[in-house]
This record gives sequence, structure tokens and C-alpha cells, in this order.
Amino acid sequence: MSTEVLRKSPRPALDRGGPGGGGPGGEGDGGREGPGVFYDPARFGLWLFLGTLTMMFIGFTSAYMVRRLAPDWIPLRPPGLLWANTAALLLSSGTLEAARRRLRGWNVAGVGPWLLATGALGALFVAGQLAAWRVLASRGYFVGSNPHNSFFYLLSGVHGVHLVVGLIWFGVVLVKARRFSYTPGEDGLGMFATYWHFLTGLWVYLLLLLFVF
Amino acid sequence: MAHAPEAHAGEAHAHAEEAFIWKYVFSKNHRVIGVQYYITAMVMALVAGLLAMLIRLQLAWPAKDWGVLAKFFPMGYDVGGGFGVMRPEFYAMLFTMHGTIMVFFVLSTAPVSGFGNLLIPLQAGARDMAFPFLNGLSFWTFFVGCVVILTSFFVGAGAAAGGWTAYPPLSALKGAVPGSEMGQTFWIVGMVFFIASFTMGGLNFVTTIINLRTKGLSPLRMPMTLWAMFLVAVLGLLAFPALVAACIMLIFDRHFGTSFFLPTGLVLNNAPLLGPDGKFLHQGGSPLLWQHLFWFLGHPEVYILMLPALGFTSDILTNFARKPLFGYKSMVGAMCAIGGLSFIVWGHHMFVSGMNPYLAMAFAVGTILIAVPSAVKVFNWLATLRGARIRFNTPMLWAMGVVSLFISGGLSGVWLAQSAPDIQLHDTMFVAAHFHLIMAGAALFGVFGATSYWFPKMFGRMMNDNLGKAHFWFTFIAYYCTFFPMHYIGIAGHLRRIYDPYQYEFLKPLQPINEFITISALVLGVSQILFFINFFWSAFAGKKAGENPWDANGLEWTTASPPPHGNWPGPIPEVHRWPYEYANPDFPKDHVMQTEPLSAAEQRVMAAEGPSRHEH
Amino acid sequence: MGKRQGLLFALATVALVALATFYFTRTWLPPLKSDRVAIDHAIWLSLVVTGAVFILTNLLLAYFSWRYQDDGQTRAAYWHHNPRLEWAWTLVTALIMCTFLFKALNLWAEVTSPPPADAMLIEVTGQQFAWNVRYPGPDGMLGRTDHLLASQENAIGLDKSDPHSADDVLLLNQLVLPQDRPVRVQIRSMDVIHSFFLPNFRVKQDAVPGMTIEIWFTPKETGDYEIACAEHCGLGHYRMRGQVHVVSAGGFDKALADAAAQ
Repeated sequence: MSTEVLRKSPRPALDRGGPGGGGPGGEGDGGREGPGVFYDPARFGLWLFLGTLTMMFIGFTSAYMVRRLAPDWIPLRPPGLLWANTAALLLSSGTLEAARRRLRGWNVAGVGPWLLATGALGALFVAGQLAAWRVLASRGYFVGSNPHNSFFYLLSGVHGVHLVVGLIWFGVVLVKARRFSYTPGEDGLGMFATYWHFLTGLWVYLLLLLFVF
Repeated sequence: MAHAPEAHAGEAHAHAEEAFIWKYVFSKNHRVIGVQYYITAMVMALVAGLLAMLIRLQLAWPAKDWGVLAKFFPMGYDVGGGFGVMRPEFYAMLFTMHGTIMVFFVLSTAPVSGFGNLLIPLQAGARDMAFPFLNGLSFWTFFVGCVVILTSFFVGAGAAAGGWTAYPPLSALKGAVPGSEMGQTFWIVGMVFFIASFTMGGLNFVTTIINLRTKGLSPLRMPMTLWAMFLVAVLGLLAFPALVAACIMLIFDRHFGTSFFLPTGLVLNNAPLLGPDGKFLHQGGSPLLWQHLFWFLGHPEVYILMLPALGFTSDILTNFARKPLFGYKSMVGAMCAIGGLSFIVWGHHMFVSGMNPYLAMAFAVGTILIAVPSAVKVFNWLATLRGARIRFNTPMLWAMGVVSLFISGGLSGVWLAQSAPDIQLHDTMFVAAHFHLIMAGAALFGVFGATSYWFPKMFGRMMNDNLGKAHFWFTFIAYYCTFFPMHYIGIAGHLRRIYDPYQYEFLKPLQPINEFITISALVLGVSQILFFINFFWSAFAGKKAGENPWDANGLEWTTASPPPHGNWPGPIPEVHRWPYEYANPDFPKDHVMQTEPLSAAEQRVMAAEGPSRHEH
Repeated sequence: MGKRQGLLFALATVALVALATFYFTRTWLPPLKSDRVAIDHAIWLSLVVTGAVFILTNLLLAYFSWRYQDDGQTRAAYWHHNPRLEWAWTLVTALIMCTFLFKALNLWAEVTSPPPADAMLIEVTGQQFAWNVRYPGPDGMLGRTDHLLASQENAIGLDKSDPHSADDVLLLNQLVLPQDRPVRVQIRSMDVIHSFFLPNFRVKQDAVPGMTIEIWFTPKETGDYEIACAEHCGLGHYRMRGQVHVVSAGGFDKALADAAAQ
């Protein structure tokens, strides 16, 4: 596909993301009673799942905030590496958006490099997190050493596990992109991007919770 | 990710005949998955039921030498010197695993994952659930959870033994009780698999009910079962994460030396638990944190168990009363209120836990008020029955049983909701009576009712009504005989989770009652044979069922029994009315199906008065 | 269809009501020996109100099962809403519940109120599987404890170097209390969660490691009563039994000395 194709196809009123874009159960009939708004089931399900994840981190947050009030709280000095990791993750969200925009803008050839950059930065983040753990361990701060440590390892660990899942998803996305399975002009990367940006936002939140506020 | 289910719309087209393994084992079909969940829950129920029988034997006759049982459970009975007396550690394991398996692997599964999968697409008018692959994955994840939980009996020092509520430090310290060795870790892992499975199911339920309803099925035309499944899924998605968070922190405390739940100063067996530096190994954690997180799930969880039964009951009751559901809108409102309130009452499990007394007051408020929507539901059912024309088939008996148990169990909740009386009643058998009647009883009777009601739809055959009635009567009477007396002994102070109550003078006089309860429980257990015989015999040799054997109104009764591939042979029908149109004098039959278009008269009325006149 | 079943259900429900009423009206509560009579009143009120609702709703259930059977010919009545009725029963239920709530909150405030100034101080420390009871002795102060000092001989980790410890009186699985004098109990634990339960006094409080939780009550009658553990705490949970001896105020000092000597 020529990279110079700029003409956009008329987009449907609601941006239906996801491969195949499954619509709601209407047997070809237009009008339908009910909520009156068509939600792509896959997108909807993903948002529900992000809601569930949020509830889990709210649980962790409340545990953290109550624990922090106790007099024996010793704040942990975050390894500088964490800020670099955060930058990498934020950048990866940026590159992902770039890839996504190119797909929507019919620039299929431009998708690949930005997508690769996203995966690389994500992997860099995970590696950097593991390295940060090593740095802390080398300073003598283990998971059980004090509560701030425990929460740091816990929260970064749980977040990291979900990011690894995201990397696996990235692998699938990459394969699909290579096979040109995504329809140009549509938002095929939308679901993956939603999940990825959620994890980026979540990490920023955890960082602020643990070390700033 | 999403495979548009309606892509198979209507037309007969040739599918390559699916291999058995993809059709019945790793299936993506909601009905197959529903049956898989149901059968697995049945097996888990047999295990948990057996555990209950052993508990009851111990409570009635604690010092008895059960020689024969010792042969089956050598680790549980003191076989040295030929004694078959139960060991206390075994008893702790029994009540822990009975609770865990029943609450999660049986009663969250059969009504929700089982019947939800079977019914949601049919009642909503969809070809299948929104995410069929995820659905299949959810079952196998659940299955793995079951395997892990059952395996925990055979690891190291046995299964978890800290109560199904797993309060730390008992569950967090490996030396505190034998089951807190690897058994507790297996428990945690099994629970995480279960919760992952339930979450996947919840995503499917909510997405399907919101997005895939057929034309005309507006929310206030949904049957109560569908409302219940929707609310239950929402509750699960919002509440289970708190337990996952707690479980992960418990694993950290158990295996990585953290102190989320473990306070400073722990002394086990008169020896302080010290780390290598001579200071306490654990510092600053809070056992109450676990309780808050656990019950944040735990309370909505009990409504997850109960709401489907309430939904089934409304559908079944109206069908066999041949009368519309009284107060449909308030039934929906009540169910939503119960679901919403369930999130702000969890502290009533913690009135004597040491939490701040002001917090206790706050929780008492919601707990007492939740009685109001619950009462409304009972009144609406009673009003539905008044002036009815009741047909007492097996499903109706079960539905009436649910109403009865809901009344009995709900009222004892009012006693417990008040924080000061709860001081006397907390952790006594009064609580056990309360939740066995309302939660376990309603859920169990709901499952049996739903089974006898929808069995024809699923298997194309009727269950035997006489066997069903016999099963009902034995179960109903034995159930009350087992659990109702627990109110009395609870008020008398009989504690829960107690290996030998008669160590206490004040409990010695209660032994005859315990014996009565145990015998009733044995009758209850044995009576379930009638159900298994009926279920399996009818599945193969029951009388063939038509599309609508009960003269019901719901969408599921507009297709064959069992439904064909894609649930309807042609296009999915359109819905024009609510599902409780019984006894309307303007119609020739005493019931009008949801898919029946508006009559000319109805259209005239609607044109004149607007849609609300028609919409109940 | 199934007329006999309807009749059977009605009869079973009536039998349930009869039996429940008969047994619930018997006295099950352990005899009350403390000042917490308000709790018994609250339980009694709960019984009366929920009992009335139980009887009424079940009798209606029974009656409807018997009366409204399908005759195969006529149809059911078609009405399915009655806003006035629905508001009425909702409001009545809400009013009853609000009454319970109001009374419950007041009672709870009373029970959790601070102890009177002359309340006698005791400490109870639960451990697997015994109750360690400690009296402050003549100096009126409990000696310092440090769990690092805990051992086989010193279960609660009493710091003997603290001068206030010298006169502390230690009992095992026993409580000696004077009649008619308020007592405030500081409840602690060495290892896991236990629960200090005095059935005759309407007293129950979880013993949580890492926390000291204080409750208070007044024993009203002399006699010997039991202490139970009401929170699953391990293998020996069932035998964490103790004795409370309530003696006349005059005989208290001697009774305590006798108990300590054992």
C-alpha cells in the first residue's frame, strides 16, 4: 500500500476497534430497542476487565495507605533506574499511538517500525524493573525488609506480571501486523493500545503513590 | 478477539463434523460449557458433602472410635492402638475445605457459571455468549482450580485448616496449624485460579447481557433470572479483585517474609519468631487488613450465591402460579438495591474483631437496611401467589422452598445485624444456621429448582416428576431438621469450628440436639441419591420434551429442546413484551410468550396511552 | 395439578411454624450474670418482631399453597401491581428496621463506651492454647511486657526488670472477679487471633496479636462460669477453656490470693 494514500474512508459513527469488529446481535435489521448505543463487545469486555484490575489495585492502595500511617514507616529511596524505566514505558505508549495513527491513516508501512519500538521499549521496561530489584537487593533492601519495600516489590511485581502479559499480546499483534491482518483505515490496534496505555497509566500512578505522594 | 456470534445467522450450512474433543471437551458452546460447569460442581459437591458428614459425626459423637472410617482416611484418625478417633487437625481441615469448596466451587459455580452459561444466550436472544473462546477458557481455568484444591488434601501436612476465611496469622504462619504448611498455599493458588475463571465468566455475562440482547428485549423486559445473572457478574467483577489482592499479599507473607498481615511480637509455642538479626521476623502488619479485604469480597460473594436462586424463583413461581410477577419493577429495584448495598456492609462480619466501634456502627446501618429490599421480594412473591392457580410440579416445590428458606434465613440476619446482640451470637452455630438457611439453602434449592425446570430445555427430556417430588420432600424436611435447631444451640453459646464442644460444661446438655442434627444431615446427604438417579436416568431415558413443556413465556421456550446449533434454526425472534404475561383475560391462552407481537387491541391502547400502559 | 403437594406444603409450613415457635420460646441463653441485660432485651425484641414476621409470612405461604390451586378451568387473577400496597409494606418494613437500627446503635454506643473510673483493670492474653490472666496488684499498674522475653516459663514476656511487674498476679485459665464492680479487660494475643468469650456475661472480643483491645462489664452474681475461645486458633481451639470465679467484694482479695497460690 502506498504510503502516500491520505484519503480516509468514511469512518462509522462509532469507532469500532478490534479485529473483525463484532457488532451487537442485530440480524441485519437497523433499528433495535435496547440501550440505543452499539458497543463493540470486545472493547466493552476489555474495559470491564480494566475495571476489575482497577479494583484490585484499589485494594492494594487502601492497604498501602493505611499501613503508611503507622509510626514505624521507613520511606524507601527509589533507585534512579525507576525513572528511566518510567520514561521508557511512557515513550512506548507514544510509539504505540504513532503506530496506531499510521494504521488509521492508511500508512500501513509506517506501522511496523513504531510497533517494534513499542515492544522493545516495553521489554526494556521489564528488564529495567528487574534490574531495579537487583539494585535494591544489592543495597540490602529485600522484599521483607520493611513495609515500603514490601509494597514496592508487590506493586511493581503485580504490575510487571500484567505487563509481561501485555508483551505476549504484543507478540500476537506483531505477527498479525506482519501478515497485514489489520485493515488500514480502521483501528485494529485499538484494543491492544487500550490495555497498554492502561498499564502505562497504572505504573505512573503506582510510582506517584509509592514515592511522590 | 470477538467472534461475531451472529455470523452463523440462520442459514443451514455445512460444518465439518467437529471432533469429539472440540465439540464436548474444549468446547466454545455455551450449553456444553454450562453442563461442564454443572457436572464439575456436582462432583465438588459430593466431596464437600462428604466432608460435612464427617464433621457431623464428630460433633454428635466426638470420642467415638470410627474404626472403619480410619481405614478410608488414615491420616485423619488416630490409628495407633486401633483407635479410630478423629484427630483435631483433620477436623480443622474438614470444616475449612467444606466451606471453601461449597462456597466457591459448588454454589458460586452451579447457579452462576452453570445456569448462567446455559440460560443467558437463550433468555437474551443470542447465538452464544459474547466471547465463546474466553468462555471455554474460563471453564478449564476453573477445572484447574478444582484440581489444585483437591490436590491440597494430599500435600505435606494436608489441606488448609485455617477456616474457609483463612484469617492470618493462623493461615500465614506455617507453624500455627498443620494445614498452614503447603496446604494453605495450594488453597491460595486454587482460589486465584477460581477467581480468574469467575472474572472471565463475569466479563462474558455482562458483555452478553448489555450488548447481545435481541431486538425488543429492553432491560425492563428481561426475566428476573437474566437480571440476577447480570448483577451477580457485576458484583463478581467488582468484589473478587479485593480477595486476589489479599491472596497475593498472603503468599508474600507466607513465602517472602513480608508483614502485610503479621504484626510485631509474634510468639509461637512460647518462642518468639525472630529473624536472623535477632529482631522479630514480622513487623507492623495488621490481621484486620486481611479481614477487611476478605469480607469486601465475602459479603458480595454471599449475594452472588443467592441472587440467581432469587431470579430462578421469580421465573419458576410465575410459571407455575400461572400469574404475572407482582411488582416486577420493584423486584428489579430490590435486586439492584441488594446488590448495591452488599458492598457497604462487609464489616458486620467483624463487629467483635477489634475494629473501630464507629466503623462498626456504619456497617450496622447498611446491614439492617438491606432487610428492606429483601422483605420486599418476599412480599412480592406472596402477592404473586395470592389469587394464583398453582400447579405443584417439582420446580414449583423447589421455588416455594426457596421462599421458605429465604424467610427463615433472612429473619435471623436481623438478629445478627445488630452489633451488640452479635456479641453473643458471633462465631456460634446461630450464624451457621443463618447462612446455611439463606445462602446455602436458597442457592441449593434454587439449583434443584432450576435443574428440574430447565432440564427439558437442555436435554430434550423431562425429569421424573415423582422422583423429583420425593427428592424435594426428603431434602426440604431434612434440611430444616438439620439447620433450624442450630439457632437454638447457637443462642445457647455453641461455638463454631469446635472439635469437641463437650469440653465445656455449658455445652454438654446440647449433645442430644447435635445427635438429632447429625442424623438429619445423614438423611439429607443420602436423599441426594434420588437426585442423581433422576438426573442421569432422565438424561438418557426421560420422557421426550417439546419446545415449551411448562407453557412458559421466556425466549428460551421458543426453540427446540435441546436448542439447535446457533440456538434458533432461523433468525432470532424479536421480543414484544415482558416474560410474565400470564392469566391475561384478553388473550385466548393463559400465557402470552415474549415473542408474541402486540395485538390490535394492545396497539390501539399503546397509541392512545403511550407505551407505559403496556409495560406493566 | 398436584393438589396433594400443595396441601403437603401448607402442612409442612404450618408444622415448621409450630415447632419453631415452640422451641424458640424456650430459654436457650446461658443465664445472665453481668450487667449487659440490654443485650438480652435486644435479642428478645429481635425474637418477637422476627417471630411475628416469620409466623405471618409462613402462614400466608401455607394458606396460599392450599387455597390457590390450579383447577384446570379458571385463570388466576391478573393484577400485578398495587403501588399503594407496595409503598405501604416497604415503608412499614423500613420503619421497623429503622427502629432496630436506632436501638442497635444506642446499645452499641453503651457497650463500647469508656469504662467507669473505678473499673478494676485486668489483662487477658490468649495464646495457643491457654488464657494468661494478669492483675496489676496493689500498685494498680500492669508491668511492662516485651514479647522478645517470651519463653516457656514466661508465656506473656513479662519484663521482670520493670518495678511494676513485681506485684503482678498471674493466673492461667482463671479469672477471679468481685461482684458488682466494673472490670475493664485488656485483651491481647501472643500468636494468632483468639476470642475471649464469656457466655454468661454477654462478653466476646477477639484477641488480635499486635493489638490491645479493651472492653468492660460488671459481674452481677457470684458463682463459677466458663471462658471459651470463640475464634478458630488451631488444633487446641476446642480446649481453650477457662473458669471465671465471681466472688463477693469482701472475699475478692483472698480468692485472688488463693487462686494465685495454686
